[in-house]
Amino acid sequence: MTAGIPRILVVDDEVPIRKFLQISLGAQNFEIIEASNGYEALRITEAHRPDLIVLDLGLPDVDGKDVIAALRALTVVPIIVLSVRSGEEEKVSALDRGANDYVTKPFGIAELMARIRVALRAAGEATGEQAEYAVRGLSLNLARHEVTTEGRPVKLSRKEFDLLALLMKHAGRVLTHKQILREIWGPVHEQDTQYLRVYIGQLRHKLGDDPAEPRFIANEPGVGYRFLD
Amino acid sequence: MNREYDRPSPDALLHEVGNSARGRLKIFLGASPGVGKTYEMLSEARERQAQGLDVVIGIVETHGRDETRRLTEGLPALPRRRMTYQGRAFDELDIDAVLERRSALVLVDELAHTNIPGSRHEKRYQDVEEILAAGIDVYTTLNVQHVESLNDVINQITRVKVQETLPDSVIEKADEIELIDLPPDDLIQRLHEGKVYVPEQAKRATQHFFGRGNLTALRELAMRVAADRVDADVLGYRQARAIVEPWATRERLMVLIGDSRDAERLVRLGKRLAERHESTWIVAHVMRGESETHLEKGRLQSALELAERLGGETVSLTGFDLVEEILAFSRERNVTQIVVGRSRRRLRWLTFRTSLASALLRHASNIEITIAGCGDVQPQEESASVAIEIARSEIPFLLPLGTTGLAAGLAWLLSQVLTTANLSLVFLVGVLFVAVRSGLRASIVTAVTSFLVFNFLFTEPRYTFDVTQREDLLTLLFFLLVATVTGNLAARVRKQMDVLRANQRRNSLLFEFSRRIAGAVGRDDLAWSVCEYVGQSLGAETIVLLADSDKLAVAAGDAGTHGLIEVERAAADWAFERRDAAGRGTGTLPNCRWYFLPLGVSGKKACGVLGVTYADRKRMMSGDQRRLLVAMRDQAAVAFERAMLVEERERAELRSETEKLRSALLSSVSHDLRTPLVSIIGATTTLLDADVKLGGEQRRELTEQVLSEAERLNRFVQNLLDMTRLGYGALKPRLEWVDLRDVVADARQRLRDALRRHPVQVQIEPGSEMLFTDAVLLGQVIANLLDNAAKYSPPDAVIQLRVQHRGRDHVIEIEDDGAGIPRAEREYVFDMFYRVRAGDQQVAGTGLGLPICRGLVESLGGTIHAVNPRDGKGACLRLQFPWRRPEPVNLEDES
Repeated sequence: MTAGIPRILVVDDEVPIRKFLQISLGAQNFEIIEASNGYEALRITEAHRPDLIVLDLGLPDVDGKDVIAALRALTVVPIIVLSVRSGEEEKVSALDRGANDYVTKPFGIAELMARIRVALRAAGEATGEQAEYAVRGLSLNLARHEVTTEGRPVKLSRKEFDLLALLMKHAGRVLTHKQILREIWGPVHEQDTQYLRVYIGQLRHKLGDDPAEPRFIANEPGVGYRFLD
Repeated sequence: MNREYDRPSPDALLHEVGNSARGRLKIFLGASPGVGKTYEMLSEARERQAQGLDVVIGIVETHGRDETRRLTEGLPALPRRRMTYQGRAFDELDIDAVLERRSALVLVDELAHTNIPGSRHEKRYQDVEEILAAGIDVYTTLNVQHVESLNDVINQITRVKVQETLPDSVIEKADEIELIDLPPDDLIQRLHEGKVYVPEQAKRATQHFFGRGNLTALRELAMRVAADRVDADVLGYRQARAIVEPWATRERLMVLIGDSRDAERLVRLGKRLAERHESTWIVAHVMRGESETHLEKGRLQSALELAERLGGETVSLTGFDLVEEILAFSRERNVTQIVVGRSRRRLRWLTFRTSLASALLRHASNIEITIAGCGDVQPQEESASVAIEIARSEIPFLLPLGTTGLAAGLAWLLSQVLTTANLSLVFLVGVLFVAVRSGLRASIVTAVTSFLVFNFLFTEPRYTFDVTQREDLLTLLFFLLVATVTGNLAARVRKQMDVLRANQRRNSLLFEFSRRIAGAVGRDDLAWSVCEYVGQSLGAETIVLLADSDKLAVAAGDAGTHGLIEVERAAADWAFERRDAAGRGTGTLPNCRWYFLPLGVSGKKACGVLGVTYADRKRMMSGDQRRLLVAMRDQAAVAFERAMLVEERERAELRSETEKLRSALLSSVSHDLRTPLVSIIGATTTLLDADVKLGGEQRRELTEQVLSEAERLNRFVQNLLDMTRLGYGALKPRLEWVDLRDVVADARQRLRDALRRHPVQVQIEPGSEMLFTDAVLLGQVIANLLDNAAKYSPPDAVIQLRVQHRGRDHVIEIEDDGAGIPRAEREYVFDMFYRVRAGDQQVAGTGLGLPICRGLVESLGGTIHAVNPRDGKGACLRLQFPWRRPEPVNLEDES
């Protein structure tokens, strides 16, 4: 990241949306640059090296998912996708192609800000793993393989521990079912979402997390899970 | 004046209207070749061309005459179709070229011409018929000797049998006939000058044909045809314009024919009489029994076909009492005149039957009976036909001779006991037996042989044919008399039984047919039923082709491994478009394997065609079979018509339903889309207005209003989108194991603003958390239901959401404490825009929420109903999905 003000590229063909993001993100102390189509996005990314890209999937010239693939050849900076509801498959495929997160249109600015912050923070952190993660009384120590809530130890199986560690490492960011399954169970089990559901259920149970009012692990229907930041 | 007569006759008007859509036919009629018909036609065509009309020559034979050829110059000629037949090339009219060119008027010479086999139609007049139907006017030429009904007369006058004949109906349908008249002397002069074209090989025959007497007679006939036409024109005009004056009651003439040689002659006579009296006519085939020989059957068949060609209606009359049958039919159809031939049956004295003619004369009180004399029949023809008849008829000798032998044996045994006279009774039994078994001929043979054997064996002197005793002579004579009379009577009973049985069989076939097709559901099923049954009844292969957006497609039956070949398809199309029979055995595309009948109620567009063929290519349909087929076709056509009406009505209902939905949607859109927009625009303009002084709190309130209204708008749009996706079937659920707790949490998360003042109590029974479904779609359903519950219940009232495993169902219930849904309306709430119908003052909503829920739930394999709430108040909506135990997951994991 360049020092000082983070630079965000907003790619959307709708002028009113670019305008509103320009104003609201500008007010949050970001530098905003704009592109109205896929080719422009690639050109500007190359020329101006943004720190984060907000990309609308419905572009007039190129399919947004192809833009992600092309952008990934240029840069590793976070990409946050804007997509409509009921486009769950589109979201998953965007995430699998290298997008970092998504926001469903129409969205409130607070939601987008939260995603941007998480993404920028993750990008800013060292690529090396932290030894310990702690959030709202839940802490996980990688080296010691220990999990405690409110200071009390929680007994987790190895897979449960790995799962929780993965989620906490990407706290605030959505992980698709496929991404999680590949990471924990290996590429052979990419489609076995029922594994995941059972483990998430057990994990929630052990952490005392109520799925109806989640404190730690939130479900993103049709897409994946997100560890609440 | 009677009002009835003031009105123009609908038939006459229809005829006029029909003619305006059709092309107009003008016939240049001549008494003989050489009178200048073609010349006259060309002259007039040139005049029309000079008036600016688009005139083309379809086919005109100039026969090398220069003056005629000169007239064709300047008239564009269409290419002819070159066809080869038996190694020779022929030029025929190219009907497709005519139809494609679509000129205003086309010239087609020689209307009575017979086309080369392999052409689309057998006769040129059929080509012309098709051209007229396409709306193109036609000029054509015709010699009077080709007119079908005049065939006999001309044969008598000229001794020339004319092969190429033309149905009278063609001439009747012509819009204009121009008689090209040339006095016989002038014609003869032209002939001598070589101005009349005569083929070389026919020169000798023409010597007689062009005799002065012949020409005069032909000229008279031609004039009569033309004059009849003028009368008919005047009459038609009078009817079309309701001129009442001479309004004679419609005459109806009936010709009775049997299978005798003069059947065809009677038909022609009937046609002429009917024409003269301007009456409609019926040809009735009267039969006491089945025709016996092939020859008789063939004669009857061709007479009936001739009658149909000449425009008569044909019926069959059978019964015990023929006279009564005929008279009953006559009364029913208002027949005013009956034409019957004089009977010429051999052995008439043996049958003791009064002739039909005299019986009719005795019984018919107010019907005119005309008895036609026997026509002269050419002697050679007679002998030839008799020879064939004998060769073909199967006189059963075996049974009569055997029976006589048996009777003789029995009589021999009894001769010791009985007197000679009584022995004759034994033989009589034999005669009766044969009469009942094999009919009249056999019984007569038996009577005669019995007579001879009886005479030879039992009368004195025995073993001679002499008779000495007067008593024996009398016995013999009485025996012969009684044997013939009883034999005849018994044979008649047998015949009538046969007829009765045949009729009964036909009726039961038809009855069974109507019963079967009544049970068919839908067009395809009907097509197969018709196909199967017609095939069974006729022992033939059958197919049904139905029109789908005016293109015929095989709906039932086997068209062979390669489907219909081109000519078959053409015949089917022709039958369909022209609503007339086509294919094998007809005048149109007779080379085709199939016989096609249009499936249509008369006067309406056909809905398809019925095709019949025999595996044995030589086999032809008998008249009876053809009539049965037509009867079944009529029933089938009505059934198809009915099936199509039902489909049409269903479509109409759907259309009106769609119409209702559309208007409901419009009112919903205008209300639900506009209301939030009103608040948004109002709030933002207030915020922007510099003159309005707002406090921070007010400013915030207005901004929140804009936000919540925008969210409402968003939900509405989402609902419309979901509805559309449901409607187009674009919704493909992705089924997987889903944790209902996640789904509920997500729905609540999305509705957090709407649920701010409505606490939700979630009870998920342990073990029923997992459901095999689509998380996103089910989430939408639960969000909609929670949204509804919040909308219709008072603030702070608890909304309950319960998930349970009940028997075979996975049940999700959402219950509120609102006003509830009246029991009678519980199913209606799932109708689109139901809320809208309840009035405008209701809680804001689209009236789409519940229908969308039902659509989504059904796409997920579940059901949704409004049920009795547990605590008796509020509304309770219950989702039910088939219970499925979650697959155990092998965790392979150590703690």
